Amino acid sequence: MAGNLKLLAQLFTSFAKMGVITFGGGMAMLPILQRELVENKHWATEEELTDYYAIGQCTPGIIAVNTATFVGQKCAGTAGGIVATLGLVFPSLVIISVLAAFISNFADLAWVRNAFAGIQVCSCVLIFNAVIKLLKSSVVDKQTAVIFLMVTVCGILLNVSPAWFVPAAIIAGIALKAMEGKK
Amino acid sequence: MIYLRLFWEFFKTGLFAVGGGMATIPFLQNIGDSTGWYTYTDLMNMLAVSESTPGPIGINMATYVGFVVAGVPGAVVATVGEITPSIVVILLVAMALNKFKDNKYVANAFYGLRPASTGLIAAAGIGVALEVLTTVTTISGKNQLFNLFEVESITGLFRWKAVILAIVLILLSNWVKPIKKLHPVVLIAFSAVVGIVFQFANIS
Repeated sequence: MAGNLKLLAQLFTSFAKMGVITFGGGMAMLPILQRELVENKHWATEEELTDYYAIGQCTPGIIAVNTATFVGQKCAGTAGGIVATLGLVFPSLVIISVLAAFISNFADLAWVRNAFAGIQVCSCVLIFNAVIKLLKSSVVDKQTAVIFLMVTVCGILLNVSPAWFVPAAIIAGIALKAMEGKK
Repeated sequence: MIYLRLFWEFFKTGLFAVGGGMATIPFLQNIGDSTGWYTYTDLMNMLAVSESTPGPIGINMATYVGFVVAGVPGAVVATVGEITPSIVVILLVAMALNKFKDNKYVANAFYGLRPASTGLIAAAGIGVALEVLTTVTTISGKNQLFNLFEVESITGLFRWKAVILAIVLILLSNWVKPIKKLHPVVLIAFSAVVGIVFQFANIS
């Protein structure tokens, strides 16, 4: 029991540390996870981490969170999965809460407003770049191009929750592949 | 009960957003639209802060939105809401890892899901670009945190200063090799300086 608690504590601090040193999450996190989990702690092998990462990308939610849950679960069961994930998000909670309070105090200053007006343009460009990058791996043929275009247009024009597109896309994917198989 | 609502909205986001931090943006826009908690421009400010601080972007965004809506308890509730579906799904998948990995239906589902997820992000991006780059008014709710771009000196359709900055940023970040490798935080800092120097908010 004591040994188990110690392992859980280690999982928490280790993932909290990774939460502090990664900027941007997702792909940026992989090399840091490799160093900490594979080389330092031996909690997972290189292959396992790659598997977790691949599955983390195609299961719901944030990729880094999914990977943390996986590694924690492997080390110390369900409790491990939960503790590792809480460790990962803990630094974000502290840092963002402090920063958000700080920023809202200065939001009325002219230079702060000017700075954020510039930053908003940058955020748009970052989304644009993310879409370009994702297009390469997601639009692989004519059918996926049609799905992409349809969802983009419907997403702009229809005022519905994006959640509705998810089951529709799953059905479309399975149906299209089934039709392909019959040919 | 605002905490329940926050938890529920972020639970849905965590459950349906597939593919990491940026994939949560269309969901966050939708939450802003349906609750009036924040506008598209508020969301873009939060995205920039989330990109520039440590931690996964998706988590930073959830924390930030939660904080704006209901302070520190809100930040905790939103973040826990967002990670709950991940934890449940991953714990289930971990039990049948190899079956999941090699399942034909899972692979086929993602064949359809990946372009759809990209499409949702693209639609979200176009929505915010309309707001930030043009004078077209979109459907977002009332302004709370930042009230930018209210006074507009340009009479035309486009906010030219913003359009020029956007083009410069796209060119720099996609075609200039040394800049391509830099972390987005550098571009964000650059944009902040440009915003200050050229008075992007047009405060008279």
